Amino acid sequence: MMSCKYTADKILAYLDGRASAAERRELEAHLNCCADCRARVEEFRRLWSVLDELPAIEPSPAFDARLRERIAAAPQPALWSWLAPAPRVLAAFAAMLLVAAWLSWQSPMPAPETRPFEPSRSELEFTMIRDLSVLEDYDVLANFEALEVLPVVTEPEDRRM
Amino acid sequence: MARSDVQLMLDVKAGDETSFELLLQRYRTPLVNFLHRMVRDAALAEDLAQEVFLRVYCARRRYEPGAKFTTWLFRIATNLALNAIRDGRHRKAELSLDDPAEDGERALELPDGHPTAEQQLLDQHRQAVIRRAIFRLPEKQRVAVLLHKYQEMDYDQIAKILGCSESALKSLLFRAYETLRVELAPLVGLAAEAEQGSAPAAADGGRKA
Repeated sequence: MMSCKYTADKILAYLDGRASAAERRELEAHLNCCADCRARVEEFRRLWSVLDELPAIEPSPAFDARLRERIAAAPQPALWSWLAPAPRVLAAFAAMLLVAAWLSWQSPMPAPETRPFEPSRSELEFTMIRDLSVLEDYDVLANFEALEVLPVVTEPEDRRM
Repeated sequence: MARSDVQLMLDVKAGDETSFELLLQRYRTPLVNFLHRMVRDAALAEDLAQEVFLRVYCARRRYEPGAKFTTWLFRIATNLALNAIRDGRHRKAELSLDDPAEDGERALELPDGHPTAEQQLLDQHRQAVIRRAIFRLPEKQRVAVLLHKYQEMDYDQIAKILGCSESALKSLLFRAYETLRVELAPLVGLAAEAEQGSAPAAADGGRKA
């Protein structure tokens, strides 16, 4: 058997027709043996019929026209608002920008990337042009006997001491 | 087959103005009545109802189907009504008919040559007493009663509008109806003394002491 305190919301559901068939049976069984709840159900039923006396009103005939005027007068959304689906997204984006700016300010400038030395293209070209004459006469210079008979340079006696 | 509210709103989002007109036709009268019972001022109720529709229209591009459309609609209406009440914008009109306890003499002085003028006045008086009893409920209880009794909304919808659990809503509603039962006892036909157990035994049909 339900306690009367527990029945409060069941009475509402019973009266407004939202109670299931099982709930209705359960409450009706309780009402058969609880005069307090039976009286409460009857009072609520009467109360609701009193509340029904409040008449509904009709909107004025100018309602729609006035609404259209207000819609026409409302500020149009800015073009960029299409890019801003929600204020939260904008806020998150702004926060990300701030964090990124703060991080870049906090960390030192990254060192320039170090690469092994490579001569520039112009330097390579210069070396090639400089050696070009030697390479052209390579055969001559390789068999130039005059170079073989040159005296060996020796250091003077006195400097050897 | 009629399109659902959500489908109509999605069509409005896609730029279909006639769908907005259909939503307006569907909810114009319920909204005006809800707001009228909230603020007890017909002109202000219309103004607020237009504001609700204006906000819905302006938010159409951001609309995403989530909760029921009516939950969204009446949540906007509830917030606007409560703000209007807190700002003191309510009840600029209808004083003479809405509050007989404070303004009863003026109500009785209404000129009316109709044969049933007396009955009309009695009816108006009863309605004014009912409106005042509802208006005197705490804000949340008032919203709950209006949505439950007059809009016949489901508990879960009302709970979402009020931002509370369903069980909290049910006890809120029960307290509200208890208050109204006492406030409107003369209309309900029950003397206040009967609530205290001093009524004749026949009146309560053998209730426990």
